Amino acid sequence: MSYNLKMELSSDPRLLRVVRSAVEQLAQELGLDEAECRRVTLAVDEAITNIIRHAYQNQPGQPIEITCSRHGAEAGGDGPDRLEILLQDRGRAADSSEMHGRPLDEIRPGGLGLHLIREAMDEVEYQREGQTNQLRLVKYLRGKDSG
Amino acid sequence: MYPKERALQISTRQAGNAIVVDVVGDIDLYNSPEVRKTLLMALREKRAPRVVVNLSAVKYIDSSGVASLVEGLKISRDLGSRFILYGLSPAAREVLELSRLIKVFEVVDSEAQALA
Repeated sequence: MSYNLKMELSSDPRLLRVVRSAVEQLAQELGLDEAECRRVTLAVDEAITNIIRHAYQNQPGQPIEITCSRHGAEAGGDGPDRLEILLQDRGRAADSSEMHGRPLDEIRPGGLGLHLIREAMDEVEYQREGQTNQLRLVKYLRGKDSG
Repeated sequence: MYPKERALQISTRQAGNAIVVDVVGDIDLYNSPEVRKTLLMALREKRAPRVVVNLSAVKYIDSSGVASLVEGLKISRDLGSRFILYGLSPAAREVLELSRLIKVFEVVDSEAQALA
């Protein structure tokens, strides 16, 4: 069965809670267990947080688009059954040196978001397409009873 | 929709020479500055020798919340006070584990242990 969920929001941290709720429920619908639902939700939250803080430098009212879709044979396509989440914004391009996160042996606030995203998801891919940042997050739905 | 009770509430109380910070709700980019401000006040202004953070009603915390806790920990080390977390939900524990910070903090199960 195909699943598609598209959200357009402004760069307002108050909306994080709303997005987390939607993503968590979608992950549940796709049969991910409780811990995996939490991880997917965390990854999306951290990705939006990075967009607001770094791409838009905390400037409110800027557009963020989130598209969640199921891919793979179960959805009538190719490849493994998976949930793909594409986050797009029109802010500042990410510095490639920032895309590696920071060493975790250093105890200091900040810089954890990207590390958490990588830990939480199976694939993480960033690209700049024209004036748009695109972050693609993938979670495999291996053997899930996902209807 | 997330239940309204997951919006953040934060309060402090005195318990002997410790200050207990009770946090209720989700901690994220929107409200982590409030958590940071409360922790800094307990540590720097009130100069509590022990600050205990009750996370038993926190079902969600992201990296900005973790950063506030790390800042509290660093200040407590500078001031020679203790900074203790208790009541971690599975989600909060998982984020601290994924951040590889769980062992950096003093984490206990209950308030009684935190105040002992």
